Amino acid sequence: MPRPVTLKDVQRESRLFQSRAVFSLAAVALACLGLVIRLTNLQVLQHDLYVTLSTDNRVKVEPLAPTRGLIYDRKGKLLAENQPAYSLELIPEQVDDVDATIAALREIITIEDRDVEHFHRLRKRKRRFESIPIRFRLNEEEVSRFAVHRHAFPGVDIHAGLYRYYPMGELTAHVLGYVGRIDERELQELSASEYAGTSHVGKVGVEKTYEAELHGKVGFRKVETNAQGRVIRVLERTPPIPGEDLHLNLDLDIQRKATEALGEYNGAIVALDPRDGAVLALVSKPGYDPNPFVNGISVKDYNALNRSRDKPLFNRVLRGQYPPGSTIKPLVGLGGLEFGVTDTNTTTFCPGYFRLPGSSHRYRDWKRWGHGAVNLDEAITQSCDVYFYQLALNLGIDRLSEFLGRFGLGKPSGIDLTGELGGLNPSREWKRRTRREAWYPGETLITGIGQGYSLATPLQLAQATALLSRRGMGRQPRVVKSIEDAGGNHSRPPASEPINPISLSNPEDWQTVIQAMIDVVHGSTGTARHIAKGLGYTIAGKTGTAQVYTVKQDEEYDKENVADHLRDHALFVGFAPADEPTVAVAVVVENGGSGGSIAAPVARQVFDAVLGEVSE
Amino acid sequence: MNLNPLALGRQRSAERRRGLFERLHLDLPLLMGLLTIAALGLVVLYSASGQDDGTIVRQTIRLGIAFGVMVVVAQIPPHLLRLWTPWIYGAGVILLVMVLIVGDIGKGAQRWLDLGVFRFQPSEVMKLAVPLMVALTLADGTLPPRLMGVIKSLVLLGVPALFIFMQPDLGTALLVASAGLFVLFLAGLSWKLIAAAIALVSAAAPIFWTFLMRDYQRDRVRTFLNPENDPLGSGYHIIQSKIAIGSGGLYGKGWLNGTQSHLEFLPERSTDFIFAVLAEEFGLMGILVMLAVYGFVILRGMHIASRAQDTFGRLVAGSLTLTFFVYLFVNTGMVTGILPVVGVPLPLVSYGGTSLVTLIAAFGILMSIHTHRKLLPQ
Repeated sequence: MPRPVTLKDVQRESRLFQSRAVFSLAAVALACLGLVIRLTNLQVLQHDLYVTLSTDNRVKVEPLAPTRGLIYDRKGKLLAENQPAYSLELIPEQVDDVDATIAALREIITIEDRDVEHFHRLRKRKRRFESIPIRFRLNEEEVSRFAVHRHAFPGVDIHAGLYRYYPMGELTAHVLGYVGRIDERELQELSASEYAGTSHVGKVGVEKTYEAELHGKVGFRKVETNAQGRVIRVLERTPPIPGEDLHLNLDLDIQRKATEALGEYNGAIVALDPRDGAVLALVSKPGYDPNPFVNGISVKDYNALNRSRDKPLFNRVLRGQYPPGSTIKPLVGLGGLEFGVTDTNTTTFCPGYFRLPGSSHRYRDWKRWGHGAVNLDEAITQSCDVYFYQLALNLGIDRLSEFLGRFGLGKPSGIDLTGELGGLNPSREWKRRTRREAWYPGETLITGIGQGYSLATPLQLAQATALLSRRGMGRQPRVVKSIEDAGGNHSRPPASEPINPISLSNPEDWQTVIQAMIDVVHGSTGTARHIAKGLGYTIAGKTGTAQVYTVKQDEEYDKENVADHLRDHALFVGFAPADEPTVAVAVVVENGGSGGSIAAPVARQVFDAVLGEVSE
Repeated sequence: MNLNPLALGRQRSAERRRGLFERLHLDLPLLMGLLTIAALGLVVLYSASGQDDGTIVRQTIRLGIAFGVMVVVAQIPPHLLRLWTPWIYGAGVILLVMVLIVGDIGKGAQRWLDLGVFRFQPSEVMKLAVPLMVALTLADGTLPPRLMGVIKSLVLLGVPALFIFMQPDLGTALLVASAGLFVLFLAGLSWKLIAAAIALVSAAAPIFWTFLMRDYQRDRVRTFLNPENDPLGSGYHIIQSKIAIGSGGLYGKGWLNGTQSHLEFLPERSTDFIFAVLAEEFGLMGILVMLAVYGFVILRGMHIASRAQDTFGRLVAGSLTLTFFVYLFVNTGMVTGILPVVGVPLPLVSYGGTSLVTLIAAFGILMSIHTHRKLLPQ
């Protein structure tokens, strides 16, 4: 240390220190004042702002998906239910590297590429803090395997959820349809808020038509979360309103018996209650198991279903357009009576073929040697083609087409299922519009026996039969009988429109045709007389055969030599009891051959099932 | 210290009127102030730690050790301290060099020296050694210091500060440097030189920014200037801290009811950002009470300094008291967003050990200065 050159002045040094100390304290006071001003600014002036920010930090609103409504059959049997299942979900906000996490998850749990694709699709629309499912329906083993590794996956968790299950599987598939994961197109259409917590939506069938009723109303809960997003407590809860339950007109017992009645054949059966349009049975065979569709069917399984020649995914009742064949003869006959071109006594001689004046072309009757002279009743009972060639010719295509149109041919019935096709009720105008060709008289002839351009779905045939059975009165077909909220309180029928009544100038004509249809079953020459055996009620019906394969002029249709899939479709329409009808049925047996021997017995079993008779 | 019981007996008559605490060389008001802060700190820490008993036990043990060290330091008479100062300082500088050469790597910075039995931060020693050394140097000469004394002082405080900065530990470097500078200021450094120094620092700042600061240090300054720039990165601390403070309001959300801290939105809530927990749960009122106790400790410290019997004591006591305030201000300023984030704890409250011991030991020096008085004629 260097020696001091001047003497220390203790007093002066002390005074100097005192002044510096006072100055320092002043600076300290000033700094504290600044701090307090800052704090006042934050805690008093901007308090409200920071309270909001603090609340935003911790409070999150989570959607609560409503429970989807259940579907019951007419007698209260459960057809669509919600089963508990576990899904694996991921919150992107809480995961540093989503792709790496998924890759790591795949090492413990099977996650297919399509699961990942679906996850990324959902991720685009969901917010970062929302939980996104990556795998549905984990089994117990996968749940426990993940639980062991859970610590390694922050932001990934198991969620318990409810999944749609169809206990009747194939039996009700074509009626109920199924729900599936919401896809990109549906995302655009569905309300983002209503479907905030929902992953599935009705894709086809009742599930789609009644999506609005089945879905319910979304609920919300306000939760407090910590910085990692874990829910600490629930602050407020608006419970979701469960979807409404549906009670179908469909009777599972009838449905099952109808399906079984088809035996080995593919085909379609519709049973309607003509009084109110209730769909008692709706069978499209083969069906398919809808359950794999709920959480995404594998490409392999889907292709197998889609490529099958039996077309199990194809709803024959709604979309299968068959030539109606002879089943439309009662309607054509009724048209003849209405327009006065025939009456109950007029006979036509049937030599086994019909020839237009000035033409050599022979229009064959199904009976080579002919029916001889037949009146309307006999023509319907024996299904004489020649009588109806003549009748159609006399009616002309314009009146014929218009009259068939009154019974709903050529346009969808308006059933409460999606995807219904309208068939084809050909007319002069239709041919000009679609083919730019004139209508030929020969085409009128074959239209008169339900061949040629004519196409109808089984549902249309059933509906036309129902209208006929109630003498022109009827309602649109309905699968759903009533809608009921979760408490079972309000039960209201879905809107069903009554059909404009068909009125005839002479109401007696109804009975004429209906009697002819009774004779088809109960008459000694009826084409379906075999099914009358042991019948405790009266059936009015009409058989039909729809050609799949056109027989050339000089050829003979040989059942034995035609491949199975080219054989004729066997058809039957009818209602029972004939005097007070409670059920109208249309049956199409694909490649069944003869309507009388194949389709009519099937229909008999359906009638028996509905009317409570035991079939032999 | 005279431990001869006979000598003690002789002193007793002379010291009869002096209290027990003075005989233990403790200053009761200062001690009460420090204990009050520590107690309030434990209350806040209990909440900040998520009501973790273990944390409270560990912190209480640390406080016990720290106050124990303080009591021991208080027994060292100032003339001994003067004697030891050059040695402590010299050893500290050597240890700092060792840290730079062989120091453990912790948190990307070399601060710790592993002495086998315990790990030790030499920079903490310098927080005391630098003001002691500068005070010793200046007290030997006449005051106000001459230019030669000023330069010597700057070298004495600048060299360790530079070493600490190189670790790198900007916060401690600033604290060490400011402790030395406070001695210079209190010694009566001329205002002209102060003005010149301020001008020089302003001119040097850009050079400092460009060549000397590490990336993370520059980030901190940038974040301080605009925290919303990077709300999830380095700005997150400040934003969450301001939310905690602001949402606390005038009276706070109540003890254990702070959502920012309990739901873990507030980072470093037990350590550097514990002030935000205090602000959230006890509001402005709670802060004012806490600041009042701090203010009392600082006033008492400055009182002890001004009553010191020699220049060395005055300078050391004054500098240590002002350094204590720097801790308080840098921490609260950082947490409230008026200063950049520099890792400085809230004195006596933040969880953590090393700086706690140094801080409280410093008050042991103050107490020693205050209680070892030569009996001068009034």
